[in-house]
Amino acid sequence: MQSTRDFSHYVKDLGTGLGHLDLAVEGVTCASCMFKIERGLSAIPDVTLARVNLTDRRLALEWKLGALDPIQFIDRLAELGYKAYPFEPVRAEMAEVQQSRHLLRCLGVAAFATMNVMMLSIPVWSGNVSDMLAEQRDFFHWLSAVIALPAAAYAGQPFFRSALAALRAGGVNMDVPISIGVILALGMSLVETAHHAEHAYFDAAIMLLTFLLVGRYLDQNMRRRTRTVAGNLAALKAETATKFISAEEIREVPVAAVRAGDLVLLRPGERCAVDGVVEEGRSEVDQSLITGETLYEIVEKGAQVYAGSLNVSGTLRVRVSAASEGTLLDEIGRLLDNALQTRSRYIQLADRASRLYAPVVHATALLTMFGWLAAGASWHDSIVTAIAVLIITCPCALGLAIPAVQTIAAGAMFRAGVLLNSGDAIERVAAVDTVVFDKTGTLTLPELDVVNEAAIPLDILALAGRVALASHHPLAAAVARAAQARAPLEGIEEEPGQGVRGMVDGVEVRLGSPAYCEAEDEAQQALGEDPEISVVVFRRGGGVHVFAIRQRLRADAAQVIADLHRAGLMVEILSGDRESAVQFTASRLGVTAWRARMSPAAKIARIEALKRSGRKVMMVGDGLNDAPSLAAASVSMSPITATHLSQAAADLVFLGKDLAPVLVAISLSRKAVKLMRQNLALAIGYNFVAVPIAIMGLATPLIAAVAMSGSSLLVMLNAVRARRGTLEAV
Amino acid sequence: MEVLLYLVPLALALGFLGLLGFLWSLKSGQYEDLDGAAWRAIADDDPPADR
Repeated sequence: MQSTRDFSHYVKDLGTGLGHLDLAVEGVTCASCMFKIERGLSAIPDVTLARVNLTDRRLALEWKLGALDPIQFIDRLAELGYKAYPFEPVRAEMAEVQQSRHLLRCLGVAAFATMNVMMLSIPVWSGNVSDMLAEQRDFFHWLSAVIALPAAAYAGQPFFRSALAALRAGGVNMDVPISIGVILALGMSLVETAHHAEHAYFDAAIMLLTFLLVGRYLDQNMRRRTRTVAGNLAALKAETATKFISAEEIREVPVAAVRAGDLVLLRPGERCAVDGVVEEGRSEVDQSLITGETLYEIVEKGAQVYAGSLNVSGTLRVRVSAASEGTLLDEIGRLLDNALQTRSRYIQLADRASRLYAPVVHATALLTMFGWLAAGASWHDSIVTAIAVLIITCPCALGLAIPAVQTIAAGAMFRAGVLLNSGDAIERVAAVDTVVFDKTGTLTLPELDVVNEAAIPLDILALAGRVALASHHPLAAAVARAAQARAPLEGIEEEPGQGVRGMVDGVEVRLGSPAYCEAEDEAQQALGEDPEISVVVFRRGGGVHVFAIRQRLRADAAQVIADLHRAGLMVEILSGDRESAVQFTASRLGVTAWRARMSPAAKIARIEALKRSGRKVMMVGDGLNDAPSLAAASVSMSPITATHLSQAAADLVFLGKDLAPVLVAISLSRKAVKLMRQNLALAIGYNFVAVPIAIMGLATPLIAAVAMSGSSLLVMLNAVRARRGTLEAV
Repeated sequence: MEVLLYLVPLALALGFLGLLGFLWSLKSGQYEDLDGAAWRAIADDDPPADR
């Protein structure tokens, strides 16, 4: 049965006879790729637009609807050497893009206003000490007001909105003192200008907004970039299902286009993309991504299969089900909901700081006013001095202290292959003192690997690899990968569930189970050395070679765990796999605390117990069965190969074949939190110097401007140090 | 000093033009692909003959 791929689900009809398609493209790394792709696709007749976005690694296509099938574009890209997959932006990402644009617009307006107000302020500052006429000063002040007021009303929106939301919810965040400070500064300046006063603070207010918007924009941009990469990776996983569109005809469609009740075909070697019930066929399936169990399970008519399970031997027809009750999936969904509800809302450092900060500052301002009144000053002078206190304490440095560090730490993690899913994860990661690992797919690589390739002659390995290409069986795929085989041999046929055979140079070759290759003794010998392996035998004429295959540990797993131990962290393994397999892994890694055969509920119970004993637990896991415990832990991490549900529940996602990102995330987070604290101290230290000056009534706009930019710069420079991590406990 | 009465508004108007330019460039999507834009500037307009 030949199936045709059908991506019409992703094509957007632009209404004018034009179709639009977004593709995530793998391997676009440089400008020449960009031009190659654009030229290659523009050459197709009827294509009206082919534009690569080099930053996002995406391609936008538009063409005249009709003769062209989207598949042609993907095939053309494959010819050019790029793997591409249609892409549907998720709502979260679109919201990030919108917000990012809004912040950039605000920043543009605020920066324009700051430059122009400064141009007017500097003459006033110098004029005040020389020969400026009062009329000229008023003229300059009024012009400043005309620029600063509308600009602040527009560019201040992100702060005003967030402050209002916090106040409505009965809380205080950093935006509350910022908003109060800006509004009071502008209001007072307006009144002062009307009274022909010497000082107006339009410059300080608008400069404050500009500095803070820079911090916000960078933070937002980092988050957007992370989302884009995660979105591309999700698209490139290319989750498709082979759907029956009639009794005989099948078509490969994106998972998004599969509905409950559809019938899908699952061939050997394919990963199931949907949950459903087997309607026809019999096969072994690898459920390790779901339960952690590495032994295959036999499924027949009526059995449940889950998205993420790998079909090993036979062909299955699966009826897609909506999550039915009482299944494993339903159970996991329920546990996940509970865990997410009970995850204690962590209060971010910034919020804790502002909760202390706002009342102290506002009380100081009030006291200043009453102090001056008591000392005999006029109402006007007392209020002006009090507002000057608010302006000078307005948390410019404090507002930047945390976002600046966060942006730089997130950028460093991004480069190390760690994507941040939730904004406050850095602070929670830094507090971690216990790391709980899942075994299958987390400590081990998700794919099977040949472990004894060094013992097999090179020519045999190469030949076996080419023979193996004829089968989709995961064990055969492991042999083919080990041999890096590319060219399949002709005339090799597969006997389902047994192996493959054929003739090469007049000699019969077989690759398959020990029984099929008549090599049970040799296989037994290999199994005797290591009972956890699976064996595949390769026979050429009289020669027999046994391939030992197992899930290999991530290459640096032992090193990472040793480093975690050295940093004083407790490491534990919780696995759904059987005892002997977990014990073997634990002993290889030097982990003494391990538990096997853990159900999702048992994993949660263990994590809860650790949390109750006062430990801050980081859970690293990938399987569907890990999703609830990922949500239950203080902070959680998943490899990019994890199931959707796990990735959604994880705070951080890491890329690649190494475990090192776990260590990097912890060390960068610890450094980042250390710097956040330092920055808060710097900002507060600045206030200790600046506030007395303001209380004494000496804070001129010039002093306010210098103090504000100086402290902001200091905090920003300190934040740059977050690019390197530390493993010292915080 | 009366020169200020039109020089200052003139300076502001020029600044305002700059702001409008920025907002226009933002709206027309020029900040969506900063890496690509750098290379497009030096690209040949016509593809080489051998393609």
